[in-house]
Amino acid sequence: MTPQVQAIDAALLAAHEHHDARDAQAFGFWLYILSDLILFSSLFATFAVQMRSFAGGPTGKDLFDLRYVAVETLLLLLSSASYGLAMLAVQQGRSARVMRWLGVTFLLGLGFILMEVHEFYGLVLAGHGPDRSGFISAYFTLVGTHGTHVTFGLIWMAAMLFQVGFKGLSKPVAGRLLRLSVFWHFLDIVWIGVFSVVYLLGVM
Amino acid sequence: MLGKLTLSAIPYHNPIIMGAVGFTILVGLVILGLITRHGAWRYLWTEWLTSVDHKRIGVMYIVLALIMLLRGFADAIMMRVQQMVAEGASQGYLPPGHFDQIFGAHGTIMILFMAMPFLVGLWNVVIPQQLGARDVAFPFLNSVSFWLTAVGAMLVMVSLGIGDFSTAGWTGYPPLSELGYSPTSGVDYWIWAIQISGVGTLLTGVNFLATIVKMRAPGMTFMRMPVFAWAALVTCVLIILAFPVLTVTLALLTLDRYLDMHFFSNGLGGNMMMYLNLFWIWGHPEVYIVILPAFGVFSEVVPTFSGKPLFGYKTMVYATAAIGILSFSVWLHHFFTMGSSANVNAFFGITTMIIAVPTGVKIFNWLFTMYRGRVQFTPPILWTIGFFSAFLVGGVTGVLLAVPPADYLLHNSLFLVAHFHNMLIPGALFAYLAGYMYWFPKAFGFRLNEKWGKRAFWAWLVGFYVAFIPLYVLGFMGMPRRMEHYSDPAWLPWLEVAAIGAVIILFGIIFLVVQLVVSIRERQATRDLTGDPWNGRTLEWATASPPAVYNVARIPVVNALDSFWDMKQQGPAYEKPPEYADIHMPRNSPAGFVIGVFAFLFGFAMIWHIWWLAIASAVGMLATVVARSLNDDIEYVIPAAEVERTENERRRLMAQAATQSPADTGADVIPQPLPQV
Repeated sequence: MTPQVQAIDAALLAAHEHHDARDAQAFGFWLYILSDLILFSSLFATFAVQMRSFAGGPTGKDLFDLRYVAVETLLLLLSSASYGLAMLAVQQGRSARVMRWLGVTFLLGLGFILMEVHEFYGLVLAGHGPDRSGFISAYFTLVGTHGTHVTFGLIWMAAMLFQVGFKGLSKPVAGRLLRLSVFWHFLDIVWIGVFSVVYLLGVM
Repeated sequence: MLGKLTLSAIPYHNPIIMGAVGFTILVGLVILGLITRHGAWRYLWTEWLTSVDHKRIGVMYIVLALIMLLRGFADAIMMRVQQMVAEGASQGYLPPGHFDQIFGAHGTIMILFMAMPFLVGLWNVVIPQQLGARDVAFPFLNSVSFWLTAVGAMLVMVSLGIGDFSTAGWTGYPPLSELGYSPTSGVDYWIWAIQISGVGTLLTGVNFLATIVKMRAPGMTFMRMPVFAWAALVTCVLIILAFPVLTVTLALLTLDRYLDMHFFSNGLGGNMMMYLNLFWIWGHPEVYIVILPAFGVFSEVVPTFSGKPLFGYKTMVYATAAIGILSFSVWLHHFFTMGSSANVNAFFGITTMIIAVPTGVKIFNWLFTMYRGRVQFTPPILWTIGFFSAFLVGGVTGVLLAVPPADYLLHNSLFLVAHFHNMLIPGALFAYLAGYMYWFPKAFGFRLNEKWGKRAFWAWLVGFYVAFIPLYVLGFMGMPRRMEHYSDPAWLPWLEVAAIGAVIILFGIIFLVVQLVVSIRERQATRDLTGDPWNGRTLEWATASPPAVYNVARIPVVNALDSFWDMKQQGPAYEKPPEYADIHMPRNSPAGFVIGVFAFLFGFAMIWHIWWLAIASAVGMLATVVARSLNDDIEYVIPAAEVERTENERRRLMAQAATQSPADTGADVIPQPLPQV
């Protein structure tokens, strides 16, 4: 090997060592988000096939209260905004502020979930449970899957609150906060789809 | 307390099942006894079960695949024997319910618990080394993936003795798989076994795609990457895009069965054809998930044993990518008879024929690689040549089935069964076995016996033709698949021939076992001290056999395609680096195994409606994941001095090997068996 080649090799090696594990972690997490997107796509497709399969039961117009759902939507969108503020605080390295905004995000997300559970509970109580028709099965499954994701996001967020509290904003913790933010915003985007396809088209 | 589970779930009145259960338990006890006698529990726990080393995990995957191959084959030969005798007045020895479980278990096991672990195992052993990396991107996740796959396989095995297995076939079509028609826990075993292992497979896809994209050695551009790694890359994309659909499909069926929903039910707005569409949107890419890595194996074996670079590297890469994309456009050919319009069927018929084109490109590339090469007829290359002829027959019958009017006649006949076995046995299994024999010395440091390898190959190849060509004929004669009894005497002779074929394959399997035993016995004579027993072309042959835990003491720099070959030509292949550096490696962790245990309990509890256990084990899984995520101390350091010691020892062995065997600079020299070290 000539000295020039050796020098190039050394530079390449240094660059290689530099892009560290967190780089791969971020990429891997995006891949997971991609797979989750496919999961939701399948559920949306299923809903699209069954959105008129009422089997003589209630339709979207009978079941959905758009104003109620609008409040739910507002809570989730606001939680995305407050998570963004938490991430800004991460960049400034102010862990107390991170915890404050994470707390706000958590409460907003919790509010969203409680409203959803309340809506489901009301439907089941009124005899419009998921066993009533293909349409309601698809509705419960799509919306419920989103809700389950949000719930896992909340559990993750609670764990992160503790981590920020005990470990501060170390590199691994900051990386986890970044990935959680990708997850959280992703769920927001999915909800926009749910709101449009399920609720808006449902009452039309 | 135990949900639906009672003592009556154990089929103690069925001597065949109880015999199988007894045999399985006996083998298990013998293995446990041997481990105890050799005091190997601690070794097994610290070095294997908790390992996050990709090489160890790869070996465990392949062990799982080989065990499940035995189970799946046992199912196959039972079906062949039943169909050989159950004609006319004779009912054979298997009642319909039992026969139906067997064909469902056979398909499920062979695709998801034999083929998938086998290919993921080969990836694990080979891919990081081929890329010049020290491990996969997420070593711990890799361990979780393995244990979830193993849990799925275990659930299938447990269904043998507790309850029953699905009678709805490996595809689980509703309405038969709905609660009303399959009230036992059989379908639930099928659902949860696939669901849990499917999550493992998805994580594997994410893990290896991240590894291939992010962890290649410097200088290894995408177009300098070995074709095996390319095939893995495309396969991982397919896994990430296809497996979530399977997850959803099974989840919807679960909701139908557990919560009385109406996705695929007959009434109340259910739509069972939606199941077929969803299932095959996963299922057809799955076919290519199984076969593309196999093509990758052939693309490594052929150049190595022809002593030439691969012909048409770029077209190989493009063909792989094209197959990957096209694999999402053909799913409807699995159910032309659904009754879509003629135009829809024509579209899917044409896409199906088009996908044969890139596959043909690959075949020609391999043939041109061998053309004017000095081909060494080792077992891996024999599997490859056997694949060429057999796969061609399968491909041609596939194009025939792609014609919708012909498909209407042949749908669900034995012609179809012959066709897809014709694709999967030579296309996938032969390749995996070629890869197993090719990379075995890399994983274990000694070569497999060639004589028994060749015997196994010939038994498999001949047995395959004898077992499956008659099924084509039977398909034309109108025999449907999955029959436990029939009354047309004209079918009988063909089924007898097919049964003989299965017996010949049985010898193929016995020879594989003999090969392994003989090879282990004579391992001192077939040690691979060089790390490069076949005069290889890609980077995995640059490491020791078996490799050090860190694979490479210094990350190599790649300057060409066939990079290791290039290094051997240019000189730096075995150059001693000026100095060694500390190496950071991931620490082993029991968390993957623990998650596996909880996943097993969770699956079992869901199958038997033991809700408290399901909740407890789900919480256990979640808690393990959270606890693991709190742990930032997941690496340890191998000091430079220790690295240097290891590398010096390797150099000593290589020098010893060089003085004892003729210098293998020529392309056609296989190193002679080395004397005992």
